[in-house]
Amino acid sequence: MLKTFRIGGIHPAANKITAGKGLRILERPAEISIMLSQSIGAPAKAVVKVNDHVEAGQLIAEAGGFVSANIHTPYAGTVKKLDNVRDPQGIWRPAVIIAVDEEQNGIPSCERTPDQIDALSPRDIIRMVGDAGIVGAGGATFPTRVKLSIPEGKYADTVILNGAECEPYLTCDDTLMRSEAIHITEGILLIMKAVGAKHGIVGIEANKPEAFRAMTEAANGHSNIQVVKLKTKYPQGSEKQLIYACTKRVVPAGGLPVDAHVVVDNVATAFFIEQAVRTGRPVTERIVTVTGPGLSDPGDFLVPTGVSIDALIQAAGGMPEDTGKVIAGGPMMGRAVSCLTAPSTKGLSGVLVLPEKESLRGPVSPCLRCAKCVSVCPMGLEPYLLMTYCQREMDDEAREHGVLNCLECGSCSYTCPSSRPLLDFIRLSRQRLRKKK
Amino acid sequence: MNLNISLSPHIHSGASIPKVMWNVVLALVPALLVAVWTFGAPAIQTICICTLTCIVTEWVINRFFMHRPTSVTDGSAVITGLLLAFNLPSILPWWITVIGAIVAIGVGKMSFGGLGTNIWNPALVGRVFLLLSFPAAMTTWPEGVSAGFDAMTGASHAADAASGATILQTLKSNPESITMDNLHLLDVSMGQMNGSLGEVGSLAILLGLIYLLIRRIVTWHIPVAVLGSAAFFSWIFGGNPLIDLLTGGLMLGACFMATDYTTSPMSPKGQIIFGVMIGLITIIIRRWGAYPEGVSFAILLMNSFVPLINRYCRPAVYGEKQRKAMLKTQKS
Repeated sequence: MLKTFRIGGIHPAANKITAGKGLRILERPAEISIMLSQSIGAPAKAVVKVNDHVEAGQLIAEAGGFVSANIHTPYAGTVKKLDNVRDPQGIWRPAVIIAVDEEQNGIPSCERTPDQIDALSPRDIIRMVGDAGIVGAGGATFPTRVKLSIPEGKYADTVILNGAECEPYLTCDDTLMRSEAIHITEGILLIMKAVGAKHGIVGIEANKPEAFRAMTEAANGHSNIQVVKLKTKYPQGSEKQLIYACTKRVVPAGGLPVDAHVVVDNVATAFFIEQAVRTGRPVTERIVTVTGPGLSDPGDFLVPTGVSIDALIQAAGGMPEDTGKVIAGGPMMGRAVSCLTAPSTKGLSGVLVLPEKESLRGPVSPCLRCAKCVSVCPMGLEPYLLMTYCQREMDDEAREHGVLNCLECGSCSYTCPSSRPLLDFIRLSRQRLRKKK
Repeated sequence: MNLNISLSPHIHSGASIPKVMWNVVLALVPALLVAVWTFGAPAIQTICICTLTCIVTEWVINRFFMHRPTSVTDGSAVITGLLLAFNLPSILPWWITVIGAIVAIGVGKMSFGGLGTNIWNPALVGRVFLLLSFPAAMTTWPEGVSAGFDAMTGASHAADAASGATILQTLKSNPESITMDNLHLLDVSMGQMNGSLGEVGSLAILLGLIYLLIRRIVTWHIPVAVLGSAAFFSWIFGGNPLIDLLTGGLMLGACFMATDYTTSPMSPKGQIIFGVMIGLITIIIRRWGAYPEGVSFAILLMNSFVPLINRYCRPAVYGEKQRKAMLKTQKS
C-alpha cells in the first residue's frame, strides 16, 4: 500500500516529458542580472560597487534581515551596474548586473573530510547554511538557516526530504535524485544533526522509480534513514500532506511542521546543504526544468543564477509559434511570466511553455453545487462557499470557515466543471484578511 | 510576444457542465430502452413531448423573460425532461405532460434563477404538481403490459402486470396479496411490472448508476444511503426489503433524483444523512401514508433541508482538532 495523505487530492496528467533525459549545461551568458530579492523576507543588501571585479562564488549581497539570505555570483566578472530589472511578473526589482569574464576558473572549494564534518556542531552547520545563502529549493524560497533554527521550547525528531515532485511537467528533483543520491543522503544526515532529529525520511512519488531506487541504494547502511514510496497524487509534495503521508502526524491548523516535530526540506535543499558543508560552495546554480508540449528540445538544465528566462527557452529549442503562456514553476502553483527578460533565481524550479489553446481558461458557468471542490480540497475546506463569501466581502465568515488554512494548491479550480475561479477569490480573501491584521 | 497572464492553476481537468450533463443523459439510456420495451409507442411519445417541452420552456424563459444567452445546450433541460417523463404513466394525455414540463422548468428551475440555484428537484416539482392536480390521470396505468421475459417466452407469471395496477398499489389495498411466491423479482427488475415509465427497469437504472460512479459524476454516498436505509426500515417495519427496493420509484429516485447536484448536500456526511432520511420517509409513506408511493415526497422534503444539513455537516478543517488540542495544552 503506497503512502499518501488522507483527504482530497487530484490526479492531473503527469506530462513528465523531460524525465530520464539527463542534465544539460547551459552556454555561458555574456551578462547576468542577479536580483537582490531571492528569498521570502527582506531583500539582500548589495556589498559590491559598480566596476568592482568579482570572483566566481563571491558574496555580492548579504542577508538584509533575519528572514533573508546571502547571494553569490556564479561567474567571475565586472559589476556593470546596480539597477532595477523586471522580475518574471514585470515588477521592477533591484539587481546586480555583471559582465561575465571570458576566462573562468570555477568556484573555489575546499574538501572537508568525513572526520572534519563529524566534528561540526549543529551551530556550525547552520552558520555554513546561512553563509552559503541556501533557500528552500522547492519554490517557496524560505531561508534554510531560519528553518533549521528550531524555536525555543520546540523540538524536531524527524526530518523529511521532499522528493515527491507532484507538480506535472517538472523533473528537476527527479534528475537530481538520480545523479546525486549519495550527496542528498549526506545532506539529510546534516539536517538531522542541525535540528537534533533522530529519524530521516525521504518521500518520493511512485512515478519516479529510478529516483526511488537511487535514493534507496544511497540510504542503504543508514538505519535511521527511510526512503518511502508515495502514491502519485497532487498535492503530495505539500508540506502538511507529505508529513501525514510519511509519519501519520497532523500539523495543527495554522501551525508549522515543527509543531508536529518535523522539519521538511526539498531534496535539492539537502543537496545544497551537503555542498556547502563539505566543499564550502555557495548556492549559485540549480536545476531548472524547461519544458512544454510545443518545445522541440525540452530538458533539465543546470542554470546559474541570473540567466534570463528567454535564454532558457532558447536553449530548449526556442519559443514555439503558438505559445500562449510561459509559467515560472509548475502548472498547478507556478506563476505566469509576463517578462521574458527576467533573470532566473534560486527558487526557479521550472519554465513551462504552454500553447495558446492550453493557456486559456474556459468560460465561467454558474455553480452546480456538485461538491467536487469540497471533495478534492486537501485541507477540508469548502471552496465554493469561500468564493461566495469573498464576493460578498464577508471576510470574517471566510476566516471562520478556514480560508487562512488554504494551501493555494489549486485543486478546486482545476476540478471545477463550471471553470469557476475559486482559488482567485480565495486568494483575494486571504489578502484582505492579512491586510486587516 | 503577447503572453497570457493569470493566477495558478494554469491547467484544468477538462470537466464541463455539458460533459457532466450529457453523461447523465447517457446513463439514463438503459432505463429509457426498458421503458420503450415495456410500454411501446406511448412511452416514446411521452418522453419526446416531455423533453421537447422542457427544452422549449427553458429557451423561451431565457430569451424573453431573463434576457440572457440560451442554456439549453448544456443538457440539463434534457435531463429534467427525461426524468419527468420517467415519472409519468406512459398513457398520460399529452397536454398534461406539457403542463408538467412547463411547471418543472418554469417553476421548479427557472423561477429560482436557473441551473444551480433551484431548491427542489425540478422534475419532481413537475411530477408532484401533476399528481396533486390530476390524481386520476397520474395513477392510470396501461392495461395488459407484457414485456420483459414475457415478450420473449410467452409465459406470464408476474402478479399484476396485466391488471393495470402497480405492485405498490396492490400492496396498499391488499397487503397479503403479494408475497415472494407470486412475485418474480428478476422479472420485476427487468421491466415486468406496471408503473411510471422509467421506474420499471431497476437493473437498467443500476447500470446507469454504475456508469455514473465509474465516470466519477456521482459518489456512492447518496444512492447507498437511500437504498440501504429503505431496506433497513422496510425490514424493521415488517416489510420485505427486496420488494420495497425493486418496486416503485425507489431505484430511480435513489440513483438519479436524490443525487441531483444542486439539490443535495455538499459534504459526504451530509449526503449520508440526506439519503438515510429519504429512505426512512419513503418507507413511512408507503406503510402509513395516503399514497402508495412516497419517493418523490421524501426527496422533495429532504431537498428543503439541504441548506440546514450543509450548515451543520461541514467537512472538518484539516488540523483543526490538533490546533484545539495544542491550545489546551498551552493553557494548562
